[in-house]
Amino acid sequence: MQRLRRTMMFVPGNNPGMMSDAFIYGPDSIMLDLEDSVTMAEKDTARLLVYNALKTIDYGQTEMVVRINPLNTPYGKKDIEAVVKAGVHVIRMPKTETAEEVVEVEREIEKVEKEIGCLGRTQIMAAIESTLGIVNAYSIAVASKRMMGIALGAEDYCANLKTQRTQGDNPNFGMELLMARQMIVVAARAAGIDALDTVYSNLNDMETFRREVEMIKALGFDGKSIINPRQIEIVNDVFTPKQKDIDKALAVVAAIKEAEKKGSGVIAVNGKMVDRPVVIRAQHTIELAIASGVLKQEDIDNE
Amino acid sequence: MTMNNIIAQRAALVEQAAAQMGKNIYNGTREKDQTARTENQKEGASSKVCTLEEAIRKSGLKDGMTISFHHHFRAGDKVVNLVVDKLAEMGFKNLHLAASSLQDVHKPLIEHIKNGVITEISTSGLRGELANEISRGLMEKPVVFRSHGGRGSAIANGDLHIDVAFLGASSCDAAGNACGFSRSENAKSICGSLGYALPDARYADKVVILTDDLVQYPNTPNAISEHDVDFVVEVESVGDSSKIASGAIRDTKNPRDILLAKQAAKVIINSGYFKNGFSIQTGSGGASLAAVKYIRESMIEQGIKASFALGGITAHMVKMHEEGLIDRLIDVQSFDKVAAESLMNDPMHKEVSASEYASADTPGSATHYLDIVILSALEVDVNFNVNVLVGSDGIIRGAVGGHPDTAADSALSIIVCPLLRGRIPCVVDEVTTLITPGATVDVVVTEYGIAVNPNRPEIAERLKAAGLKLVTLEQLRDHALKVIGQPDPLPFGDKVVGVVMNRDGSVMDVIKNIKE
Repeated sequence: MQRLRRTMMFVPGNNPGMMSDAFIYGPDSIMLDLEDSVTMAEKDTARLLVYNALKTIDYGQTEMVVRINPLNTPYGKKDIEAVVKAGVHVIRMPKTETAEEVVEVEREIEKVEKEIGCLGRTQIMAAIESTLGIVNAYSIAVASKRMMGIALGAEDYCANLKTQRTQGDNPNFGMELLMARQMIVVAARAAGIDALDTVYSNLNDMETFRREVEMIKALGFDGKSIINPRQIEIVNDVFTPKQKDIDKALAVVAAIKEAEKKGSGVIAVNGKMVDRPVVIRAQHTIELAIASGVLKQEDIDNE
Repeated sequence: MTMNNIIAQRAALVEQAAAQMGKNIYNGTREKDQTARTENQKEGASSKVCTLEEAIRKSGLKDGMTISFHHHFRAGDKVVNLVVDKLAEMGFKNLHLAASSLQDVHKPLIEHIKNGVITEISTSGLRGELANEISRGLMEKPVVFRSHGGRGSAIANGDLHIDVAFLGASSCDAAGNACGFSRSENAKSICGSLGYALPDARYADKVVILTDDLVQYPNTPNAISEHDVDFVVEVESVGDSSKIASGAIRDTKNPRDILLAKQAAKVIINSGYFKNGFSIQTGSGGASLAAVKYIRESMIEQGIKASFALGGITAHMVKMHEEGLIDRLIDVQSFDKVAAESLMNDPMHKEVSASEYASADTPGSATHYLDIVILSALEVDVNFNVNVLVGSDGIIRGAVGGHPDTAADSALSIIVCPLLRGRIPCVVDEVTTLITPGATVDVVVTEYGIAVNPNRPEIAERLKAAGLKLVTLEQLRDHALKVIGQPDPLPFGDKVVGVVMNRDGSVMDVIKNIKE
């Protein structure tokens, strides 16, 4: 089953308390940050902490991501070496602008993987935070077979665009990011990888947060980067399929099984022809429902 | 028969009846008191109203006797320090101070202990500098800790005999009718329920009410009756009500507390006890209060109403009562100003004594009718034993409170406790101090999973069926050890600084002094 990435929770790489129990809140992915949340003076200690966290803490089924410093800083290569050795699932590249940067990171990863004998283990995702990056979104998305997703970083992007993020009370809320978001989703889908939206940092305005999550779900994103466990419930709630959608999806899947048994190529549900996109959507709905805990695998098997 | 004969015969019969009853015969008339009665009701006209010093003298207090106090003003209490200062000034020594609880504000007792004014303490809790000093061996005799219900029983059955009780009240009339709030325009303080003071008022040899609002007779309604009161002392202030707790309802934003609260709420909702007419008690901690919020949502959703909420009553409970979700409030202690005001204004909000609340000896005590209690903990051990009194540093930093009473008597006791507090593991092999025996604890909720006491397999089944993740306490302990490592043993000395009584009057555990 494909991994769900509804929530990717940012955890500063210099905060052992938060690193030790971030997974108890049930985010789909945890992103330990070595980049912006760590000051220059703490880059080494944070790297050591993140290394040990990955090695010692049992994060269960949570996908572990580390945001490294860019390779053009003195820290990038050391970050890659440490976290690949620690067995991280995904390396998140910040401020990615070109496919070449991805290739360069891949080369560094490979070097370490060869050394320790685990070639191909580490995946890459790229955060796109500039206009150049958005223009190059597709080439970034296909720059490596390790690419598992691309994400939008809105603050830097807006600064680059010479605008700023609209607030929740603005009738044009989110307009400045519309094209970037659509580029990300389209590029990700074309490359067959995941699309993740940017963070929303006002924790006192959960209503606007929910609106934003609803919007990015409608745009086609797989999930969102988050900065606080309190945001998880809202994202999951928005992404959790509603009962009538689940019922419909189950009916579609049951009809396929039935058709396969009979050897029939064409299926119909409630008198309507069901074609491939509908089946794929139904399967995705069921996966989401199971992951969200509103549907149990046994319930499907018992159908 | 002549008239005279009839009178004489009746007189003879009166004499005969009196003789049979061993009584005197009424003779003559008593002179009628012609003073306007409002004069008699005034301060000074009553023989009970006097100064603190007079009250102490007249009470017959002697060195070595036991004095008692309540803690309804919590951190804002002024009575303990005021009275003990006066006793020290008057030269008293070797007194036994039996308070329902002691707080950080009672730090001045340290000097009185050093000077020999106070040589014995009984309480439910100790906090702050006083607790710190006592943990390090300040006193010769160990402090005796009792639960609220246990204290009520001990006072009633004579285990804890009180010679003179000094009880603060927010209003009192000259006859001694006292109350935890005041309806007069001169009201200075409010603490709501006087539940923990009621056993003292009833059983102490002498009772002194201290009040900052001496009101017109009759003070009504009254928590303490004039029958039980010997002296009334007017003072500037009995307590700072603002320090009982912040009055505003505030939702916790701590994600860990929210997670614990949601899990606790799920346990309750799926426990089998969440049905119309259920009863509930919660602590005042962040997670407990937040759990109430989620339970409230489910109550509205499923159309379930509670018959009563018990215990320390909070603004949250008052709100749910006013919304019609909780029928009655039973209040031994008002945890905030909103609760205290509700007690004053709402007849469905009932005040009870510590014994009516949680005495093990009283079959009718409210805890016996309690379905669900949510409690916190400093430590839980793998046998479900709970410590709420002594910190993981070996220093006393809490209170027994109603913890063991409600855990023992309720149908379902739930302990909500984070597995890790910074670098301190909260699920351990053996609790530092035993306060609530594991046999009375049903469910432990941590952020890493829920453990159900093997004594309650039916609860485990129900929770599993609801999709909740169950773990064992051993698994939780191991996880904590893995993250934190094995802590060094605490540097305890050989002196016993505290004795923990079970609510049945038996000795359950001791607390040893902690070395530097």
